[in-house]
Amino acid sequence: MIKVENLSKEFGAKVAVDDVSFTVERGEILGFLGPNGAGKSTTMRMITGYIPPTAGVARVGNHDVIENPIEAKRLIGYLPESAPLYTDMTVEGFLGFCAEVRGISGADKAKAIDRAMEMCFLGQVRHQSVDTLSKGYRHRTCFAQSIIHDPDILVMDEPTDGLDPNQKHEMRMLIRRMGQSKAIIFSTHILEEVEAACTRAIIIDQGKVVANGTPDELKNKSELAGSYIVSLNNSEAAAVRDKLNTIVQAAKVTVINDKAPIITVRVFPKSKDSNGELGRAIFETASQNSWEISEIKKDEGRLDDVFREITLSETKN
Amino acid sequence: MSSIWTITKRELAGYFYSPVAYVFLVIFLLMTGAFTFLIGQFMDSNQASLRPFFQWHPWLYLFLVPAVGMRLWSEERRLGTMELLLTMPISLWHCIVGKFIASWLFLTLALALTFPIWITVNYLGDPDNNVIFASYIGSFFLAGAYLSVTSMTSAFTRNQVISFILSVVICLFLVLCGFPPVTDVVETVAPRWIVEFTAAFSVMPNIEQFNNGQIDSRSVIYFLSVIGFPLFTTSVIIKGLRA
Repeated sequence: MIKVENLSKEFGAKVAVDDVSFTVERGEILGFLGPNGAGKSTTMRMITGYIPPTAGVARVGNHDVIENPIEAKRLIGYLPESAPLYTDMTVEGFLGFCAEVRGISGADKAKAIDRAMEMCFLGQVRHQSVDTLSKGYRHRTCFAQSIIHDPDILVMDEPTDGLDPNQKHEMRMLIRRMGQSKAIIFSTHILEEVEAACTRAIIIDQGKVVANGTPDELKNKSELAGSYIVSLNNSEAAAVRDKLNTIVQAAKVTVINDKAPIITVRVFPKSKDSNGELGRAIFETASQNSWEISEIKKDEGRLDDVFREITLSETKN
Repeated sequence: MSSIWTITKRELAGYFYSPVAYVFLVIFLLMTGAFTFLIGQFMDSNQASLRPFFQWHPWLYLFLVPAVGMRLWSEERRLGTMELLLTMPISLWHCIVGKFIASWLFLTLALALTFPIWITVNYLGDPDNNVIFASYIGSFFLAGAYLSVTSMTSAFTRNQVISFILSVVICLFLVLCGFPPVTDVVETVAPRWIVEFTAAFSVMPNIEQFNNGQIDSRSVIYFLSVIGFPLFTTSVIIKGLRA
């Protein structure tokens, strides 16, 4: 549905987006990650046709956004970063306007407004003026605008920004539900959101795509992924470390906590696909030495570690 | 076409969401009245003519029209709604024209509300209503010309005050470059052809045609170009903002 080919954008001498390519199919939810100023918003603005790219092509449902802007824009629902609204209108009036601009009128318009309001829980503020709304309601009103025409493609720039934890949860659920039948791109810098809602994630830094994969694949890139955290009662940290170091599958062992009564060490595997062999070996070693295990846990890797590793190393280069 | 009308409807309604529209209409009517009766000496002239009413319009509109148009695009930029509007499936040109028409209609409403003075002059005497009709048409075009300039200046900036001031300055130029007291002075220092060349851009000789009761095709074309060019420039500016 969305096909981005070698998209670049320069603002004067500054390269905001540098040769970015990816695709999003129906049924996919793509999380767009990156530090502030990485080029997330600029990329989204090029996909939605708000700014023209310096080079490359963004295709939306087979329409080149620059050559066929009207057809492309028809397919897209867009939630800009700041969730802008006409502050002098009522919620209903605003949604009605957006529906009309998109060519929905008469009974269809009323139906579209009702549906969008219901999905975004806006019933209570239907007749309220936008400038009297709280931030959460404003955000949802702008979100309602983006789904008013039930688009095939949704592009959302930080859809959960400024929402309280309950609203964030609701929004993620909504995104996941809609993701079954649409192609969705949303940007965020909240990493748990990516795990909670995305089928795939792209990390972008300094205008370049630096990682692209499912959340699990990305987590696997973490140094910590596949390592075991072992907590023992009444043992001595240095001795435990030396014993565990003798395990064939273990690359290295670090001590996380050496204060009695519970000590904690981390065992890193030699290769990440150890099929639980490292875990079994740790259990064997423990029983041979009659250690008292209080907890043992495999670390899946954390997305924010990966994020930091990738984006910080890029900055250094 | 329907998308232009959708934009126009929203924009026009926007004036009436706040008290600004009513305040403006009252000020507009007070000002036109004050200029006609107090400065234009409508009663003392003892003529059944609305010339004292219309002759002030190029000056009054200098402030009143930019006040109406200054928010057209600057507000859109300030709120960030421009991003919303320009990612909708409508062309930029439709947005520009739709907004322009909305403001123009609003000014036309203000102008139409001056009808009591037309009734008054018809009650008191026997004016040439053809001249009055032509003068109203001229005033309508004049408002459109200033408004188009304001549309352009409001695309420059997200600050309405700056947009207002820029527009007043440009419109003032359109007036003064053909205003005899000014051109007479300039003629003493600049070559005559320059003065005549710039005077050709002025609204003054063209509005004079209408006030004399003539709807001259040249003056109509003049006003349509003064409306068209800044609107085109508006689209260039907005495209430039996004590049």
